[in-house]
Amino acid sequence: MRYLPLTDTDRADMLAKVGVDSIDDLFADIPEKVRLKDPVDLPKRTSEMQVERQLSAMAAKNTPASSVPFFVGAGAYKHHVPATVDHLIQRSEFLTSYTPYQPEITQGTLQYLFEFQTQVARLTNMDVANASMYDGSTGTGEAVLMAHRVTKRKKAVLSGGLHPQYREVVEGLSNMADGQVVSLPADPTGTEDILSQIDDETSCVVVQSPSFYGQIIDLKPIAEKAHEKGALLIAVFTEVVSLGLIEAPGTQGADIVVGEGQSIGNGLNFGGPYVGLFATRQKYVRQMPGRLCGETVDAEGKRGFVLTLSTREQHIRRDKATSNICTNSGLCCLAFTIHMSLLGQTGLGKLARINHANAVSLKKQLATVSGVEVLNKAYFNEFTVKLPKPANDVVEALAAKGILAGVPVSRLEPGKASLENLLVVAATEVNTDEDRAAFVAALKEVLA
Amino acid sequence: MSLNKQGRPTQAGDAGDSFRPTTFTGNRALDMEEPLIFEFGRLDYTGVDLDEPDSFESELGGHERKTEIGLAGLAEPETMRHYVRLSRNNYAIDSGLYPLGSCTMKHNPRLNEKMARLPGFGDIHPLQPASTVPGALELIDELAHWLMVTTGTSAVAMSPKAGAHGELCGMMAIKAAHTAKGRKPEIVLVPESAHGTNPATAALLGYKVVSIGAKDDGTVDLGALKETIAKHDGNIAGIMLTNPNTCGLFERDIMEIADLIHEAGGYFYCDGANFNAIVGKARPGDLGVDAMHINLHKTFSTPHGGGGPGSGPVVLSDRLAPYAPLPFIRKTDAGLELVETEDQTTDGEQPFGRMTAFHGQMGMYVRALSYMMSHGSDGLRQASEDAVLNANYVRVGLQDIMTLPFGENPCMHEVLFDDSFLKDTGVTTLDFAKAMIDEGYHPMTMYFPLVVHGAMLIEPTESESRAALDLFVATMRDLVMSAKRGETKRFEGAPYLAPRRRLDETGAARKPVLKWTEPAPAEVTPVAAE
Repeated sequence: MRYLPLTDTDRADMLAKVGVDSIDDLFADIPEKVRLKDPVDLPKRTSEMQVERQLSAMAAKNTPASSVPFFVGAGAYKHHVPATVDHLIQRSEFLTSYTPYQPEITQGTLQYLFEFQTQVARLTNMDVANASMYDGSTGTGEAVLMAHRVTKRKKAVLSGGLHPQYREVVEGLSNMADGQVVSLPADPTGTEDILSQIDDETSCVVVQSPSFYGQIIDLKPIAEKAHEKGALLIAVFTEVVSLGLIEAPGTQGADIVVGEGQSIGNGLNFGGPYVGLFATRQKYVRQMPGRLCGETVDAEGKRGFVLTLSTREQHIRRDKATSNICTNSGLCCLAFTIHMSLLGQTGLGKLARINHANAVSLKKQLATVSGVEVLNKAYFNEFTVKLPKPANDVVEALAAKGILAGVPVSRLEPGKASLENLLVVAATEVNTDEDRAAFVAALKEVLA
Repeated sequence: MSLNKQGRPTQAGDAGDSFRPTTFTGNRALDMEEPLIFEFGRLDYTGVDLDEPDSFESELGGHERKTEIGLAGLAEPETMRHYVRLSRNNYAIDSGLYPLGSCTMKHNPRLNEKMARLPGFGDIHPLQPASTVPGALELIDELAHWLMVTTGTSAVAMSPKAGAHGELCGMMAIKAAHTAKGRKPEIVLVPESAHGTNPATAALLGYKVVSIGAKDDGTVDLGALKETIAKHDGNIAGIMLTNPNTCGLFERDIMEIADLIHEAGGYFYCDGANFNAIVGKARPGDLGVDAMHINLHKTFSTPHGGGGPGSGPVVLSDRLAPYAPLPFIRKTDAGLELVETEDQTTDGEQPFGRMTAFHGQMGMYVRALSYMMSHGSDGLRQASEDAVLNANYVRVGLQDIMTLPFGENPCMHEVLFDDSFLKDTGVTTLDFAKAMIDEGYHPMTMYFPLVVHGAMLIEPTESESRAALDLFVATMRDLVMSAKRGETKRFEGAPYLAPRRRLDETGAARKPVLKWTEPAPAEVTPVAAE
């Protein structure tokens, strides 16, 4: 087997040195009746060429985003990632290193984590960011638990603009951890009355902006009301590129900011691995989940970096830890950091303007299609349209025509009549004039 | 100076002129000092060529960003050089033996990377119509099949994003099963030798953690377990047990433990961190396990990536299978069906909820399946055997001069030493580990498991050749003898030769500096500045 360096001679010699007759003597503690005599019932070893053939055949059955006019978003976005990024994250020294528990020989990882934390803090305009979470949805769940620790209350109020699957993650975690969740009904236009839901028992209010439906939400009044009641505002985003153009949640009074960072540096990957961004105020840093990297000096006074404040973490605190999390999303966070280093604020601003311009152009064209109504007045690169028939059928019909048009809300919110005709459409820098024209033309045919 | 066949100097010690210049840059040839990106990037620069849109009309509703971001941009060559230089300050599996016990630092085949980057896997959206991704569902289903067959189980929750997330998923399934039966037990049993994530997970779900002691041989004390169960009769939700355990030993009484827990009305959660020792040799399903996460990044070679992303699918017994979270793939006569919402569930399916948005770590699924297919059932079994053989080879190479806490018995895939061999030498476990760095090795896991004083847990994995193990053993012996001879200087200040000397972790925690702020905090070239 090509990954196993021992030869049969090695094995025989080594067994002799260990002082046993056969390899099975080393497995003698496994109860005899369950010890397997033969390999399990699966195919035998396969050559590299053959594995490549079989997996390529599976991959070929799928329709990649780059191969068609593509407008699917709703929490994951198709962006162009510079070739430099993928090359660098495949450097052996990054790819095959472990968590930097020995800082003297992992300064590479530690320094980029420090750069990443700085980037996230500045993008969100918050005091501190951690070294990443699994993704935006699990980060949101952790943010709610953190708010419970900070406020010593147990009720979370979730906006109807929160991504439905994020909501499900929070609800699941909260139910299991004896928390209480008030989830407001779906709010495509950002007109819900969330302020009246915040009371003296509220631990946190969770608001996504731009929302799942694309609507940009004014966070300031929500932050003010939350603070008046002693609650925290958790601001969520799924499209980090939006921070290049719309006001940072930190500026609007958010106490915890959590978001999905996939758009920068990371591919679609059918939903994972992604990278969760998580930032908060200085005063809450010791209640934060996840890893933190901090600056220090070595014995010769040279600047260096270490994992720090680990007394919050499970390997030290065990059942008293702030979270059970043991890993971050290291390599995805490296991809984010590299892409962000290339962009800088100048590039991010441009990228965001291109995204918005493409969305505005698409919106205008879709609005000309008979029976189609665009629901959002303020949006970034994504918005919701109301179609004259069920969105799921329209999306399937468009897919058959080679156009991936967006996400039918009913896929995530089934059985709700008012949402059945809604379609969430995203536009990014990858879309061309031709893509938009093809989408609009095909939509007209499907709706005719 | 000549080299021996292993590439080591034939004469240790002073090999002549030891003059080391103080350089102007602080660099030491290939060992470069590298500033932070913020210290040399330009705010008005970008390394990505983007054209401003032809026309720009704002429909942002007055929410334009007014706060400056404050992030500098770098040109492509600068970016490349910066991260290449950083990478060279990292130890990695690809550069040397990485014997971190419990972490399983095995070879990461590049075929896996290539497969995960096929556009049909890497460039598909989690919410594009299922009809446009049949191959993705097929891949997930195929990996699920391989995982179920190797573990002897009939269901698997694929979506957890890492090992600890898998633990959470498994324990949530257990809680859901109790709730469905109208039970509310409060206690989860966790052996003292468990990973910290186990008690943290149980506590997160509101369970009270009760610790179970170990016998002198390092395995769970069955008598103590029985007493604890009796004491909390009717109140046991389950047990979280690592097997092989964190002492590198297979829990011989595991089937009795499973029976006891089941009789007490509880479920058996197995931490699968060490499953790599027994793949193809035993199936956790046959041992009475109800739920076990599999760290794809340990057992099935997906890269650790400097701390993630991981992936932690959880295999489930028939008793827990109905509660598996959304989403899952259902096999029907018509093919594979993606079930994402409760509306789509049918009788017998009672998902407890959802662990994450979308479908889990697809990129890791592709890599793991590529690895499993490459090995095949015979190769997977061989890999476990080699991992166990290598660990025992290291054990017999060192047991006469290091100390085994549980006697000279065979271990599984990792060997646990304690620090009694360092007694009265003036060298601590930490010092000893840091001296390994100067020898070109990543230290083993230290001070874990907590049940052994000064624990040193060595896991060589099946990826090491006999020659590599021989050199490792010889190096360790040299270090041990050096410590025993009282050569404390080699240890107390170690590492001397790494990119950094020991770092001030206490200072870092006392006054945390968690991001860069202007002006630049320290001299970039302290050596030259003297």
